[in-house]
Amino acid sequence: MSRLLSKMEVDRRLVGLAVVLLVIWIGFDIASGGRFITPRNIFNLSVQTASVAVMACGMVLIIVTRHIDLSVGAILGVLAMIMGVVQTDLLPQFLDYNHPATWILTLLIGIALGAAIGGLQGVAVGYLGVPAFIVTLGGLLVWRGSAWWVTQGRTVAPLDHNYILLGGGIEGTIGATWSWIVALIAILAIIYAAIMERRRRLSFEFPVKPIWAEYTNTIIKAGLVLAVITTLNAYHLPIRAAERLLENKGIPVTPENLEISHGIPIPLLIVALVAIVLTIVVKRTRFGRYIFAIGGNPQAAELAGINVKRMTVAVFALMGVLCAISAAISSARLQSAGNDLGTLDELRVIAAVVIGGTSLAGGVGTIYGALIGALVMQSLQSGMALLGVDTSLQSIVIGLVLVLAVFSDKYFHRRYSDPTA
Amino acid sequence: MTTTEMNKDPLVEMRDIHISFGGVKAVDGVSIDLYPGEVVGVLGHNGAGKSTLIKILSGAYQADSGQIIVDGKEAKIENARDARDNNIETIYQNLALADNLDAAQNLFLGREIIDRFGFLDDAAMEHKAREVLHRLNPNFKKFTSPVSALSGGQRQSVAIARALLFEARVLIMDEPCAALGVHETKMVGELIDQLKRDGLGILLISHDLHDVFDLSDRLHVMKNGKLVGSVRTEDVTHDDVLGMIILGKMPEHLLHLAGPGATNAPGAPDGLPPASTAHQSETSENTQ
Repeated sequence: MSRLLSKMEVDRRLVGLAVVLLVIWIGFDIASGGRFITPRNIFNLSVQTASVAVMACGMVLIIVTRHIDLSVGAILGVLAMIMGVVQTDLLPQFLDYNHPATWILTLLIGIALGAAIGGLQGVAVGYLGVPAFIVTLGGLLVWRGSAWWVTQGRTVAPLDHNYILLGGGIEGTIGATWSWIVALIAILAIIYAAIMERRRRLSFEFPVKPIWAEYTNTIIKAGLVLAVITTLNAYHLPIRAAERLLENKGIPVTPENLEISHGIPIPLLIVALVAIVLTIVVKRTRFGRYIFAIGGNPQAAELAGINVKRMTVAVFALMGVLCAISAAISSARLQSAGNDLGTLDELRVIAAVVIGGTSLAGGVGTIYGALIGALVMQSLQSGMALLGVDTSLQSIVIGLVLVLAVFSDKYFHRRYSDPTA
Repeated sequence: MTTTEMNKDPLVEMRDIHISFGGVKAVDGVSIDLYPGEVVGVLGHNGAGKSTLIKILSGAYQADSGQIIVDGKEAKIENARDARDNNIETIYQNLALADNLDAAQNLFLGREIIDRFGFLDDAAMEHKAREVLHRLNPNFKKFTSPVSALSGGQRQSVAIARALLFEARVLIMDEPCAALGVHETKMVGELIDQLKRDGLGILLISHDLHDVFDLSDRLHVMKNGKLVGSVRTEDVTHDDVLGMIILGKMPEHLLHLAGPGATNAPGAPDGLPPASTAHQSETSENTQ
């Protein structure tokens, strides 16, 4: 089995995670009498995971460079508040309510502020040499406090109509047709990438995977895409919502056309976009390569001419940008911005990243691992909620899972960890 | 020094280098040189000033006074990049490689090949890495594993290949055989011989005589920030050199070999310069 995996050049850890996820899902499905693995629950799971998943992608880079960011939940909170105020109080002075430009301007302002806040913390870590743990612990208090000051504690609502779509919900999906188109594009991209990679290696006469392994890999990836999209398309709008939608469009209601699919929720699309972009950045750009070099050996990176301080600022700024995106997703999902939004998210994000195989010693970690880690965490939480487990017990279980994950990280990946670190 | 070597110009010369840290003279008027196709050991106890001297050459420190001459021209070396621009590459012990990256990624760190879209061209880098490493070490196979999975000798191969890839002409190796097994040490020795044949000049820094004695053509021995003397390996025994390292004095029968800048001839009061002029005249007497 392990030989088979190495032939296929599959990350063993990924397989392990996938198995864990599958066990959790099947376990909850059996325990709940078939209520867990349903289109509806999978859809909800994807929307609930989105906010943490986006931040987890950035946290991978932070932890790979041997830092930590404890302030992401608080930054999310303050940015959600600011974006709330921008779209409800500030922009309406210039634009109409629910103007199509409102959501994008709001998001851009949030992203710029996120980059500034993250960059500021990065300067403290990189140039002033204050440990990231301390800087971001301070940041946690500062930004959570600032979140309250934005409106003196008042919750901002209602939010812009278009902005709310970022949070998923009944209208925040792209529908069946577009979902199929996305699936098609994704599958074509998977096939294209596999062919190009193989051709490139062959042109340099490097060893390549056996052709059956290429086919198997590609078919599994494409199959996963198809399975996800089919599931999301199988979740129909509630009858009331479907009726209203048809009435708005002026189409007569019949039993057949009431079956309107949700399709891909917009937050899931955002997660996919962030993950793909960051994976490309990590694997194919100097920026990504330097992040890993710094994590592997900061002195070697410095001696190779990498500006480690500037890279630190950039990584923290990127984390801030992702916090802004997550802030938009989570406030849009709740259709309001409260100053306690994102409380304890830093712990969920770090837990997701660690479960996803990123080593706290630095230098090792993957974006897709963090995504699955986030999904594992959310699955546990949703599953237990579905079974009616007490909130207190949920916390206990999730805490234990986190410790178990770090233990397995130490145990299985000892050889990667730097003994001097 | 043989006549053939004399005819060639030195690759690098450091002349009368001084540097002090808070009143402590770490390097005090030391001059060394290095010729093409030559391996020179710089020996001395911890604190003798050898690492400081070499760090001046590799751009980590700047000398308070003194000259660095590369290819007959005075060079300003103010940082690691300046050193590289003068084709001087340093391989630091334990500091050279990022353990989590593979061989090709390490070779090109900081100087990656990018394609026309600005993305990393990993295949091209791996191709070049295979070429260079194959030349150095035909047995090298682990191109896709992180270098933490490599043996000490293989790691040195990668570090050296990294220097070669960027056309180093002067290679500075800090404790090249520290923490290596017998077989690995032999492998590094073979590597150094090969580089020597290619006409590189190599400076080996070590506090352990045995590591470098057999590899070096000449030895510069330092103590307390000063050059004890420069000798050709074939003229001396282990014990002679040990005496130089420990006592900081040229052995009596080698006095005529002490190069310029050697300040610790017997009888000379510590730290006073006349010794150098004294035995320079001695040298000339002996050679005539």
